[in-house]
Amino acid sequence: MLTITNLTANAGGKPILKGISLTVNAGEVHAIMGPNGSGKSTLAQVIAGHPGYEVTGGSVTYEGQDLLELEAEVRAQQGIFLAFQYPVEIPGVSNAYFLRAAYNEVRKAHGEDEVDPLEFLDIMAKKLKVVEMDEAMLQRSVNAGFSGGEKKRNEILQMAVLEPKLAVLDETDSGLDIDALRIVAEGVNKLKRPDNATIVVTHYQRLLNYIVPDFVHVLAQGRIVRSGGKELALELEERGYDWLLEPAGASA
Amino acid sequence: MSSQIESLVNKEYQYGFVTDIESDAIPRGLTEETVRLISARKNEPQWLLDWRLKAFKRWLSMTEPRWPNVKYGEIDYQAQTYYSAPKSVKPLQSLDEVDPELLKTYEKLGISLNEQKRLSGVAVDAIFDSVSVGTTMKEELKKHGVIFCSFGEAVIEHPELVQRYLGSVVPYSDNFFAALNSAVFSDGSFVYIPKGVRCPLELSTYFRINAADTGQFERTLIVADEGAYVSYLEGCTAPKRSTNQLHAAVVEIVALDDAQVKYSTVQNWYAGDKDGVGGIYNFVTKRGKAFTNSKISWTQVETGSAITWKYPSVILQGDNSTGEFYSVAVVNNKQQADTGTKMIHIGKNTKSTIISKGISAGHGQNSYRGQVKVLPKATGARNYTQCDSMLIGNQCGAHTFPYIEIANNSATLEHEASTSKIGEDQIFYCKQRGLNAEHAISLIVAGFCKEVFKELPMEFALEAQQLLGISLEGSVG
Repeated sequence: MLTITNLTANAGGKPILKGISLTVNAGEVHAIMGPNGSGKSTLAQVIAGHPGYEVTGGSVTYEGQDLLELEAEVRAQQGIFLAFQYPVEIPGVSNAYFLRAAYNEVRKAHGEDEVDPLEFLDIMAKKLKVVEMDEAMLQRSVNAGFSGGEKKRNEILQMAVLEPKLAVLDETDSGLDIDALRIVAEGVNKLKRPDNATIVVTHYQRLLNYIVPDFVHVLAQGRIVRSGGKELALELEERGYDWLLEPAGASA
Repeated sequence: MSSQIESLVNKEYQYGFVTDIESDAIPRGLTEETVRLISARKNEPQWLLDWRLKAFKRWLSMTEPRWPNVKYGEIDYQAQTYYSAPKSVKPLQSLDEVDPELLKTYEKLGISLNEQKRLSGVAVDAIFDSVSVGTTMKEELKKHGVIFCSFGEAVIEHPELVQRYLGSVVPYSDNFFAALNSAVFSDGSFVYIPKGVRCPLELSTYFRINAADTGQFERTLIVADEGAYVSYLEGCTAPKRSTNQLHAAVVEIVALDDAQVKYSTVQNWYAGDKDGVGGIYNFVTKRGKAFTNSKISWTQVETGSAITWKYPSVILQGDNSTGEFYSVAVVNNKQQADTGTKMIHIGKNTKSTIISKGISAGHGQNSYRGQVKVLPKATGARNYTQCDSMLIGNQCGAHTFPYIEIANNSATLEHEASTSKIGEDQIFYCKQRGLNAEHAISLIVAGFCKEVFKELPMEFALEAQQLLGISLEGSVG
């Protein structure tokens, strides 16, 4: 589904990703872990097409296409979804309106008819259950005045509505209390299908107790320094990241 | 802002066409003779000519205000034409007699004067250059005693009402442009709602400037008698021309005891091209006088004009009267706007609300200028002001000039202000959900303006939202 080969990228002229290679197949869950500043979020943003990052080398292929050639909205329409670490507020625009606009853009891109507000309400009734959210949430402005937990749940609600092929969760666990963490993680698990894939970017192992990864990759100083199964996450929990950084040496 | 936000605003102005029609215009220039000529063309009574002449004399002694935060060259008042009317328009003609070319023009503007295709629930007065082409739904309105006609017609048919209220809110000596308008005003709309009547239709005037180098100086007078209610909407467009055209209008509203007047504007005059060539100079005086328990509410969506200079205001004369001002002002390319309101609290327990949303894109400069004045006898006055600015790109400007004068200690005032920038992050968030940049901007801007749009009559809220999308197109790239 997604093949990243030797990807390098800059932010503000500074190299952040220094040669990432990663293959994600349908049905898989990959966890990207690593210390702060290792480039985890950058990788997520580059996959989604954030204009603030400059790809300087390597390639990314998604469903047989050169992903880096596509505008961010086209990537989204073709099934790439980024759950933001810091979801953005859009005052005055109701969640319902925003969700329907997004839903219809994806439908249009697939040559399907747009749905009207009434049909959409029916669809939403089911989706709200995925993240245990109240219908009142739909009438509030997008993320405006939401608590940290509400914002993250709202991200998963959007994911439930858009049903992406490849979901990238960027530090979705940060700032969540244990109940919210459970709801969010269960939401993600409910959305898992054999034909979609998930990349979970996280700093801590605790999210991976709920969303069990097939593969764990450790990112440090812009490179994947170790890959393994879910047991690698547990090892990191015990030993921290330092033992993996030592070979790189220079960073201390 | 990066390249992302620099290329959304430049869609063609779709109302920029010219109607090819024979006009009867008076010679260029402005002298006492011009004033007499206009009055004679309109078969006006002596009292009105005298009033015009007094205004003209006063105007000669006044100087053009240069305090607004806008920049433009000298206006040559002798180079303008002050009256131009399509030859085919006859005084007091019925709609069946209207020149098909004019009907076509209004069709193209989306305003059907034709009986079958009209917007239901809306009566329209169509003003073309200096004259009214026709007014729809007159018979229906007559049943309720509502008078809705061109100003020229009102002078002839209802002189007592016009004479009583003309200049009672905006005296001819009020300011430079009001004096100019009082001297040379051509047509406009007149509305009278009798005692206790709730006007059953939305009233709407559609202003169109067509002739070149011609100013439009319309005058609108709305009188709501005791306990009456009316909702009125004006729309404005003009052809694309490379010279600037002057539009100096006056609108007066009188809301007698317990009356309510809601006045909405969707202003989309030609704004000039992206380099600031051409466009309308929109120098307008709008004011209402609210008597006991009455309410005057201004809602404006200002997207057009090269320069806008306009402060729809309310004199809260009577006790318990209410004044409201809801505004969205958009500037893009080289547009400049200096707009806001004045709320003058005179009566006891008077209340005013000001919600202003300024959007600046391109090289546009947008100023909010608002005055809240509480006079010594205005016990218990309340004002709430919210003034928000949004910037799109980094070449534009937003400015705020609030003036507050309080002469009564019991007054309660609240003022909130904010400035935000449409961020790369907001746009990226929308794009990541499948919306393209244009869609994202129009969504973010519509959200920003929501509190004002909800005040517009339903038929026009959507139009205003679309208009906003169009005028910002190209501001993101």
